[in-house]
Amino acid sequence: MSPLRLHVALAMLVVLLFAASLTIGKASVPLDAWWSADPRFAIIAELRLPRAALATLLGASLGLSGAVLQGWLRNPLADPGVLGVSSAAALGAVAAIVLGQAGGWGIFAAAMACAAGGLALLAALTWRAETPAAFVLAGTVLASLAAALTAFLISLAPDPYAVAAAIDWLMGALTDRGVEDLMQAAPFMVAGCALLLLTGRSLDALTLGTDAARSLGISLSRLQLLVIAGAGLCVGAGVAVTGVVGFVGLVVPHLLRPVIGARPSALLVPSALGGAALVLAADALCRLAPGAGEVRLGVAMALIGAPFFLALLLGERGRSWR
Amino acid sequence: MALSARNLSLALGGRPVLDAVSATFVPGRVTAILGANGAGKSTLLRALAALVPAAGVTLDGSDVAGLDPRERARTIGYLPQDAAVHWNMRVRDLVALGRLPHGGGGDAAVDAALAATDTIALAPRTVRSLSGGERARVLLARVLAGEPRWLLADEPLASLDPLHQLQTLALLRAAAGRGMGVVVVLHDLTLAARIADDIVLLKDGRVLGSGTPGQVLTETRIAVGYGIEATLVAHPDGPVIVPRLPI
Repeated sequence: MSPLRLHVALAMLVVLLFAASLTIGKASVPLDAWWSADPRFAIIAELRLPRAALATLLGASLGLSGAVLQGWLRNPLADPGVLGVSSAAALGAVAAIVLGQAGGWGIFAAAMACAAGGLALLAALTWRAETPAAFVLAGTVLASLAAALTAFLISLAPDPYAVAAAIDWLMGALTDRGVEDLMQAAPFMVAGCALLLLTGRSLDALTLGTDAARSLGISLSRLQLLVIAGAGLCVGAGVAVTGVVGFVGLVVPHLLRPVIGARPSALLVPSALGGAALVLAADALCRLAPGAGEVRLGVAMALIGAPFFLALLLGERGRSWR
Repeated sequence: MALSARNLSLALGGRPVLDAVSATFVPGRVTAILGANGAGKSTLLRALAALVPAAGVTLDGSDVAGLDPRERARTIGYLPQDAAVHWNMRVRDLVALGRLPHGGGGDAAVDAALAATDTIALAPRTVRSLSGGERARVLLARVLAGEPRWLLADEPLASLDPLHQLQTLALLRAAAGRGMGVVVVLHDLTLAARIADDIVLLKDGRVLGSGTPGQVLTETRIAVGYGIEATLVAHPDGPVIVPRLPI
C-alpha cells in the first residue's frame, strides 16, 4: 500500500471511530435529537464530543511519542513510559488529590509541574550520555522514584475517599472528561506533537548509528532536545488529564511496521493516526461494558497491551536465538 | 585543496590515542591508513570527519570542526567500521539516507551508487535479508549516494569475498580517478600496497611512516609497526606481503 493511501485509510478510520464515539454510550441519543432542541443533545455536545476529541489527541500523541522513542532509542520495546515522565506526572496528580487541591487546574498544574521536574531530572541524569541504555536506565530510575513517592503519598492520604480518588485516577480514564480538560491538555499535546514531527530525518539517520548520523549532518543534541521535550509535553499533558494510559505507544508502531516498513520517519504520521484510532476504539469499548460503570481506559489498554508486549518479547528473543 | 591533520593529539577516556599526528590527504588519490589494532587508525579517520573533538584538522585550509555540519556532510562521506543497521529497512531507502545532507531527492545519485556497488538487484530487499558482504556494499553505496568530495572509509573490505574486495578496490580507485579524495583504513597489507597511492602507517598513535607504498611498506617498518616478520614477494600487480610470526 502506498504511503498516501495508508494515510488516507487511517485518517478515514479515525473519522469513522470519532463518529462512532459520539453515538456510543450508556444513554441513548436518537439521531433526530441531534438537529432539534432536545436536551439530550447536551450529552453529545458537552460529554461525548470533548471526550472523543481528547481520545483522538491522547491517542495521536501517545502513538507518535512511541514511534519517535522507538526510533530514537533504536529499541522496538520502547514506549512513552520508558522515560519515566508519565510516572512523574502521575505523582503530581496524586499529590494534588491527596493534598485536597484537585479542583480547577489543581491536578493539571501539579501533574505538569512534576512532569517538567521529571524531565529536568532526566536531563541531569543523562547529561552528555550517548547510549540509548543511559536514557532507559535514567527513565527507570525516575519511574521507580515517582512510583515510590506516589505510594508514599497515598499512604498519607487523610481519608479513604482521597485514597479511592487517587487510585481511581491512576487507572487512567476518559470518563467524565469535558471541554475544560480538553482545553487544558490540547495546547501541550499539539506543541509536543509538532516537536516530535520534526525528528523524522534525524531518526532515519540514527538507524545507521550515532557516528554515521553525525557524519550526515545530524545534530544529536538537537534531536535529544526535541524528543525529550516533545514526548514530555505529550505524555505529561496526557497523564495530567486522563491518568496513566499505557501500551498505546508500544503497540501502534508495531502494528504498522509490517505494513509501512521500518523507516522511522515513515512511521510517525501513521502512528499518530493509528494511536488515535486505537484509543477511540478502546474508549468506545470501555463504554459498552455491561453494568452501570465503565471499564477504565488504562485498564483496558493494559489488558490489550500486556499480552502483546509478551508476544513481542518472545519474538525478539526468538530472533536473537536464530 | 587538501584534507590535513597537523600535530593532532587526542585522548579518549583519559587514554592518549593520537600523539602529534601530521598527515596530508590529497584529492584524486587513495590514501590507506595502516597500523596494528589499537594504533589509532579509526580515531584518526573519525577526527578527519570531525566526529571526535580535535584541533588541527583542516579542509582546504578551513577548520573541519568549524564547518557547517550539513555542508561538511555534503563534502565528507564517512563509512564507519560498525555495520549495524538498527531497523530492517529496504535497501533502497537505506542507500537514500546518503542524500540527507542534500535535503533528500537525488534518485539518479542513488541509482548510480547502487550500480557502482553492484547492489541494484538488492534494492527491493530488506537489510536483514542480506549477507555480511552484501550489507557492506550497500553501506558503501549509502556513502557514495551523497556524492561527497571526500570518502573516508573504515575497513570497507572487511567481510567481503575476494571478488567483491577487488571490485570495491576498483570502485575506490575509480572514485579517486574522478577527483574524489579517498582515505581508507585497511588491514590487508598486500591489498593496501595494491590500491593506495599513499600510505600512513601508525603505531601507538604516532606516524611511523608516510609516503608511497614502496617507501612505507618495507620489511623493517612492518616489523616495527606490527611486531611480525614479513617477506615482500615481487609481483607485477604489486608486492605480495607474506607475514610470519617473529622467531
